[in-house]
Amino acid sequence: MQDRLQALKEEALLKIQQANELKELQEIKVSYLGKKGPITEVLKGMGKLSPEERPVIGAYANEVRDAITAALDAKIRQLEQAAIEEKLNKEAIDVTLPGRPVRKGNSHPLTAVIEEIEDLFLTMGFTVAEGPEVETDYYNFEALNLPKGHPARDMQDSFFITEDILLRTQTSPVQARTMEKHHGRGPVKIISPGKVYRRDDDDATHSHQFMQIEGLVVDENVRLSDLKGVLETFAKKMFGEDRKIRLRPSFFPFTEPSVEMDISCFKCGGKGCSICKHTGWIEILGAGMVHPNVLEMAGFDSKKYTGFAFGMGPERIAMLKYGIDDIRHFYTNDLRFLKQFKKA
Amino acid sequence: MLVSYNWLKEYVNIDITAAELGEKITKSGIEVEIVESLNKGITGVIVGHVLECVQHPNADKLRVCKVDIGAEEPVQIVCGAPNVAAGQKVPVAQVGAVLPGNFKIKKAKLRGEASHGMICSLTELGVDTKLVPKEYSAGIFVMPSDAQVGSDALSYLNLDDYVLELGLTPNRADCLNMIGVAYEVAAILNEELRLPEVPLEHTGEKASDYISVKVDATEDNPYYGAMLIKNVSIGPSPLWMQNRLIAAGIRPINNVVDITNYVLLEYGQPLHAFDYDRFGSREVVVRRAKDGEEIVTLDDTERKLNSSHLVITNGEVPVAVAGVMGGATSEVQEDTTTVLLEAAYFEGQRVRAASKDLGLRSEASARYEKGIDRNRVYEAARRAASLMAQYAGGEVAEGIVEDGERSVSEGTAEVTRTRINSLLGTAIENEQISEIFTRLRFPFEVQGETFKVTVPARRPDITIDADLVEEVGRIYGYDRIPTTYLVTESRPGGLSPYQAARRKVMRYLEGAGLYQAVTYALTTPEKATSFSFVKEQQENIQTISVSHPMSEERSTLRSTLIPQLLEVVRHNHHRSLDDVGVFEISSVFFTIEQPISVLPEEKTYLSGALTGLWNIHPWQGEKKRTDFFVVKGILEGLFEELGLRSRISFESESLKGMHPGRTAVIKLDSITIGLIGQIHPGTQKEWDLNETYVFEMDLDQLIQTIVEPTVYQTLPRFPSITRDIALVVDKNLPAGDLNTVIHEAGGALLKESSLFDLYEGEHMEEGKKSLAFSLKYFDPERTLTDEEVTKAHENILRNLEERFGAELRK
Repeated sequence: MQDRLQALKEEALLKIQQANELKELQEIKVSYLGKKGPITEVLKGMGKLSPEERPVIGAYANEVRDAITAALDAKIRQLEQAAIEEKLNKEAIDVTLPGRPVRKGNSHPLTAVIEEIEDLFLTMGFTVAEGPEVETDYYNFEALNLPKGHPARDMQDSFFITEDILLRTQTSPVQARTMEKHHGRGPVKIISPGKVYRRDDDDATHSHQFMQIEGLVVDENVRLSDLKGVLETFAKKMFGEDRKIRLRPSFFPFTEPSVEMDISCFKCGGKGCSICKHTGWIEILGAGMVHPNVLEMAGFDSKKYTGFAFGMGPERIAMLKYGIDDIRHFYTNDLRFLKQFKKA
Repeated sequence: MLVSYNWLKEYVNIDITAAELGEKITKSGIEVEIVESLNKGITGVIVGHVLECVQHPNADKLRVCKVDIGAEEPVQIVCGAPNVAAGQKVPVAQVGAVLPGNFKIKKAKLRGEASHGMICSLTELGVDTKLVPKEYSAGIFVMPSDAQVGSDALSYLNLDDYVLELGLTPNRADCLNMIGVAYEVAAILNEELRLPEVPLEHTGEKASDYISVKVDATEDNPYYGAMLIKNVSIGPSPLWMQNRLIAAGIRPINNVVDITNYVLLEYGQPLHAFDYDRFGSREVVVRRAKDGEEIVTLDDTERKLNSSHLVITNGEVPVAVAGVMGGATSEVQEDTTTVLLEAAYFEGQRVRAASKDLGLRSEASARYEKGIDRNRVYEAARRAASLMAQYAGGEVAEGIVEDGERSVSEGTAEVTRTRINSLLGTAIENEQISEIFTRLRFPFEVQGETFKVTVPARRPDITIDADLVEEVGRIYGYDRIPTTYLVTESRPGGLSPYQAARRKVMRYLEGAGLYQAVTYALTTPEKATSFSFVKEQQENIQTISVSHPMSEERSTLRSTLIPQLLEVVRHNHHRSLDDVGVFEISSVFFTIEQPISVLPEEKTYLSGALTGLWNIHPWQGEKKRTDFFVVKGILEGLFEELGLRSRISFESESLKGMHPGRTAVIKLDSITIGLIGQIHPGTQKEWDLNETYVFEMDLDQLIQTIVEPTVYQTLPRFPSITRDIALVVDKNLPAGDLNTVIHEAGGALLKESSLFDLYEGEHMEEGKKSLAFSLKYFDPERTLTDEEVTKAHENILRNLEERFGAELRK
């Protein structure tokens, strides 16, 4: 009987070993371990055995059954593992294929430059002031110390709609309007960006419509040296920590003294290159101490209050920063241009 | 203003290079744009003496010259200039010399004759052709007979000079002349100033015996002076004067004209020389021109005048347009012997009117327009007369015949040391301030810390204390002003809620896949009003045009951004960039009056244009075209972002330029704030576009609407129940109407309804469509029973049947 069990065991283990599918193993399980299987048959015949033999054979029969069960389980696991592996193998993808693009646009470079400047001044306690693009002659010129017939009006040939109404030629009228709203009491600390218009023929360096951004501070004891401090902070933030600034006397009707600010060339560091026209310096903005007439016209006592103002062109700054060679690109909106400012 | 470095040295000691001087002037307030060397790379050009000049044996147009160049033997040079002749002193480029353009002179053989060098014209030496005196324009330049043979020709020709080009701001018209620049440079360098000496001898005759002067327009012409110079002989002016004129960009003509130009450059005073014998009378009368009056000017052009122009007349007819140009009939000519010299002060506005109308801009008119020094008029006239005596053989009649005040009193201004230092942030002492005013040659008195300054007439830009502060600051040096940091009351800065919301809108749209565009506000009158979301107004929007547009294309302020965005789409389409999504936030302009008398209404619009493929992932075979619902989805997301989604509705509308079946107005509560839709196929074709969708909204209304603050909703503790409902309705029934009724009828239990299917095809009754909604029922307080949901659901169905005849889809 033991021999018979021994033989069954070997036969079953062989079959298990040779099986390649789960189904086969199921069949083996049923045929050897099932209720009608040979091992059960063997055990059924246990009654005929002597009491001495019975526990020995019984134990052996269990041993055989366990061995077959263990072999089956192991083989099943093996086949399942293989099946999973095969499935995973089939599921493999080419990870180098391009991903599904997320459609994403970006800001216009001029907006990017303006917001960068705004944000810098916001951290210094400025607010952003805005005003109309169509202005009165008064706010655009007269309140800024440019009476009718002033030669400096020529510097900014204007688009007049009527004798008294025009497209603003500068963002400075916002300064005049803001000061007026303060009713002669400081401090005023504003930055004002916006579109302005001048009668220029459009070419690579001129545009009849362009942007300006101006700053204005009016308070007691505001000095030219403070302007220097603010502009130095601005220059370092916008163009790099190691920038130096230089103020040169200049002329604007609404400031006195007036200055122009150059920064040391960010390309060559001041040695001279094509960007700075071999001077080592790049002209960035105009500024000055608010003209007493402008303060008085806006209701400020020019003996008590002083102030500074500065103004610059975002186009120029963007052109310098990104190396853009034609101002018209800003207004043509070619996608190949716009898309270049994703991280601006 | 072009400033000759060598000429300037006549007035001020300068021991720094032209480049260094340029740098200093720039740092002190006048931008030196260029420092240009007149030597354009020349070496080896010397003075030669033409000893002999014979016809070339083999060439008609060439001559063979023997030229003494100071060497042991004269050299032979073949020359093609028609004006070369024996006895002349000429500039010779020796063998080995280099001319502008790196042109090297070598030994040569021309038609068999050896040539050891080249006799040069001014053009060959780098002088601008239009500045070369006429007599030498077609040939070599002939130098004065006293030129030293063998010496460097460049210094004779002033080609060793440098020219500083000043970029003058309108306040510094005082530097539109050499003396003004000399004052400036003397102050900057702290050097002595040498003004020209003006010796003047008289013939004994009086000018007033020859001429009278009467000004009938004293406001336009506060001062007119006339001098008389007899017996002049017209000829070339001295070489040094010609050189200086050339350096300043003026072509030498003859001695008399050159002298008036020279004094113009030196004193900044425009002068005019009339031929006295051709003047036509013995009286000068200055008056406004009559409308339609005519004059033939020096350039032989007939000019029509009007009453805004000021003219010089001989009592009868105009002989010059004041400050602009003289007349042809009284022009100085070869045979002129008596010169009537005009030195006058004309008002800038008057000169500008004429120069603008006649299209004539000259060195003279530019100076009048910017303002000349009233107190220098007489001095300049004397200087010119003196030079005419010296270089044109003239005899000056005594006196100046004048009308008006010869000089005006000088202005004054006051400033305190405290003011200077508090405005600049410096600690400058009285002594330093005194030194600066002394250097500027401003007479002043000090009382304590107050400086009372007499402002010379050459500096009319200085009127108030701040002007003096600037003068002190710039001479002191802006680089010496310390850097300090603002001390102001500490207040929080920051964007206004409006500005913050506008940025949020931009970031959202960029994140949603659109690029920001910036376009021009000026356009054609047609485009300016070609779209409008206010149906009632779209046919009669008033345009606002600029009075003198530069072109029709940029004449009118827009009331819609859509046309410019379509231009962007088209620009890209023409470059095969057909998948475009752009937006713009800009001002638009409205008025109800014509012409405007007050500022137009300015609104901020948010607009966009989208075309082509929206989503594309080619290797997965995915291509989604932009359609109405892509655009609507973007906007719905925006409204959600702004907390307005539930208050926005879209209503079908037909609008100008838009596809009648694919356009909606956007309403916020019940106010129309925008449009969305497809461009009308006709418009699309006109514009040469592909299928394009646009939107436009009044951004101010959108982001200035007050939004309820967010209130947290407890997370559901009970399950919701979802039931679907498929309905058959009339094809024209908007889904939005069904949805509204579903919500009304669903009551408090209905939390959400979403459309998940639209079917209009086969097996559907003609004129019908099927819409399927998924309805979600929920009560935050308890678990809903089936019966309750069924009751609500049936109520919805009943309402839909009653209102729209909707049937459940079988």
